[in-house]
Amino acid sequence: MSDTDTVPNAAPSGQRPAEKAPARSFINQLEIDLRLLGMVGAFIAVCVVFNVMTDGRFLTPRNIFNLSIQTVSVAIMATGMVFIIVTRHIDLSVGALLATASAVMAMMQTRWLPDTLGLPLGHAALPWLAIVAGLITGAAIGAFQGWLVGYLTIPAFIVTLGGLLIWRNVGWYITSGQTIGPLDETFQAFGGINGTLGAQWSWIAGLLAAAFAVAALFSARRNKIGHGFPVKPIWAEAVVMAIVAGAILGFVAILNAYEIPSRVLARDFAARGMEMPEGYTAAYGIPYSVLLLIAVAVVMTVIARKTRLGRYIFATGGNPDAAELSGINTRLLTVKVFTIMGILVAISAVVASARLTNHSNDIGTLDELRVIAAAVIGGTALSGGIGTIYGAILGALIMQSLQSGMAMVGVDAPLQNIVVGTVLVAAVLIDIIYRRRIGGK
Amino acid sequence: MDRNTDPRANGAKPLVELKDIRIAFGGVQAVDGVSLDLYPGEVVGLLGHNGAGKSTLIKILSGAYKADSGEIWINGEKANIQSPRDARRYNIETIYQTLALADNLDAASNLFLGREITTRIGFVDDAKQEAETRRIMARLNPNFRKLSEPVSALSGGQRQSVAIARAVYFNAKILIMDEPTAALGVHETAMVADLIKELKAQGLGIFLISHDTREMMDLCDRVSVMKNGQLVGTERVEDVTEDDILSMIILGKNPKREAA
Repeated sequence: MSDTDTVPNAAPSGQRPAEKAPARSFINQLEIDLRLLGMVGAFIAVCVVFNVMTDGRFLTPRNIFNLSIQTVSVAIMATGMVFIIVTRHIDLSVGALLATASAVMAMMQTRWLPDTLGLPLGHAALPWLAIVAGLITGAAIGAFQGWLVGYLTIPAFIVTLGGLLIWRNVGWYITSGQTIGPLDETFQAFGGINGTLGAQWSWIAGLLAAAFAVAALFSARRNKIGHGFPVKPIWAEAVVMAIVAGAILGFVAILNAYEIPSRVLARDFAARGMEMPEGYTAAYGIPYSVLLLIAVAVVMTVIARKTRLGRYIFATGGNPDAAELSGINTRLLTVKVFTIMGILVAISAVVASARLTNHSNDIGTLDELRVIAAAVIGGTALSGGIGTIYGAILGALIMQSLQSGMAMVGVDAPLQNIVVGTVLVAAVLIDIIYRRRIGGK
Repeated sequence: MDRNTDPRANGAKPLVELKDIRIAFGGVQAVDGVSLDLYPGEVVGLLGHNGAGKSTLIKILSGAYKADSGEIWINGEKANIQSPRDARRYNIETIYQTLALADNLDAASNLFLGREITTRIGFVDDAKQEAETRRIMARLNPNFRKLSEPVSALSGGQRQSVAIARAVYFNAKILIMDEPTAALGVHETAMVADLIKELKAQGLGIFLISHDTREMMDLCDRVSVMKNGQLVGTERVEDVTEDDILSMIILGKNPKREAA
């Protein structure tokens, strides 16, 4: 039960209501928490170890801010990869597709739109038209690959291996191999440091999110009571709500503790022709890109757990024949899943190119491996039918923490990748042992 | 629906008529010109060796395969069954030999797979589905408690209950059961037999596939024997002995008819 995504729960945090059936054994209740706790525990362990090794430099607001914005691009794609892997496919083309989508968006806002429509650089419509074009590109290519896999029954491994070569070089072809930039300023706001909510709005967003999570937990509880199902004691519910709300607000507090350097502030004031008041400070707060990731996580979790599409994705992964015999159009489903992946890649392309402030040919290189690794470390089973959205995001976070932690400690570059590779294999081994113990798949 | 012991006797319309069905897989004629019919409140057994074409024939009716030629008539009208979805529209439900369940989903999700109950905003209403599953299971298998476990954690009988519940819940008129007791223990087999009798009494037409001749004699009104894709013959169970059926299965001919 730990990982089949059938428990109704609108909270994106991954906290699930533990009880659902009357005869639910204690072990099973534990199982749910064990899985999530294991991943959170691994993440905390990584953070603490690096914090000690870097003399406290790892867990500073600044580094946590940076970790957050570095994780976003891979994490967004990892949520889509969950659906792909759950339906027993694979997508090796996401890094290359990201380059194509990024190239299209960069060319749109710097060349094509200014040249054809005569919109001057800096025009307010440019970034949005570019993003729409990128999303359409991602969706179309994803749908096309899904059609090849679903209707022409070419194995996804082959289709996307071809895609890996094709889309990387389509991106190159579009830009003639040039680095395209600087990108539009509004566009850059999606990258992280160049677009944040600021302290006040971050608190408002945090409070809203906490209130929403608590309300979702409440409504799930009410719904169960309405159907006469047993619910956990109210104190347990309150503890879960407190943890969720505390985690959200704690995260906001940390991001708000990262203050904008005073010389940056002074430059901003100077740009507006004003003098910076003495002792003035301002915090970055939540980056827009992180908000984007949260929005994607919520939407994808809702799709996975509450919609027919999500139910069919997991059913098809669990038993493709049963799904087909139940009247599910598994071919069309494959197209939909790859289309979702393509759209998410395009969203990631916005974040990735905005963070770099330009488009370069090598953008997203090796991302396919990071994305697959994140999904797999997050508990997505390559045999299909099993995986969670929050797991994939946690997986991406763990990978990024390892990578930047080792960089901060000063581990040699080759050793970094050796460690990451080892962790990937070890994580899957632990998962297999865990599942065997639980008696699941 | 009438509840006559022999529905064919009083001029009832057949529920299903399969007319001259043929299908070939790569040169092998899996089903070769088979015609069968099924009346309301009747159980027709399909017998034959492995590979005789029973399952293939039945998968044509359930929409999993498309026949190369032949016609399917439901309630006296020609039916067009291209997919499992079409079959469901004609109230045909199938319980497969391989228990077509998604192992990673719970009983409720499997029961409603492809026909989820949704809320007003279009989300799957898990709570409602679970409540409905609980309701139907209370009738079919009162010992069934593991409603929110993945069905991989269930016993063969419990899994079969889920598959049967699916057919019963959606008011099947025509039920196809492909070796429904193959994976079951003695007690569970008896349970399925009782259920078949109950459904028959409710006026459903049931195609039953099994290897167990004795069980077939007990449950069926008529048996049809297939060999090498062809229909050897259809007999009322009171007209034949178990030995007659066995020789039809093995030799491909009816000793009684031969003698007559």
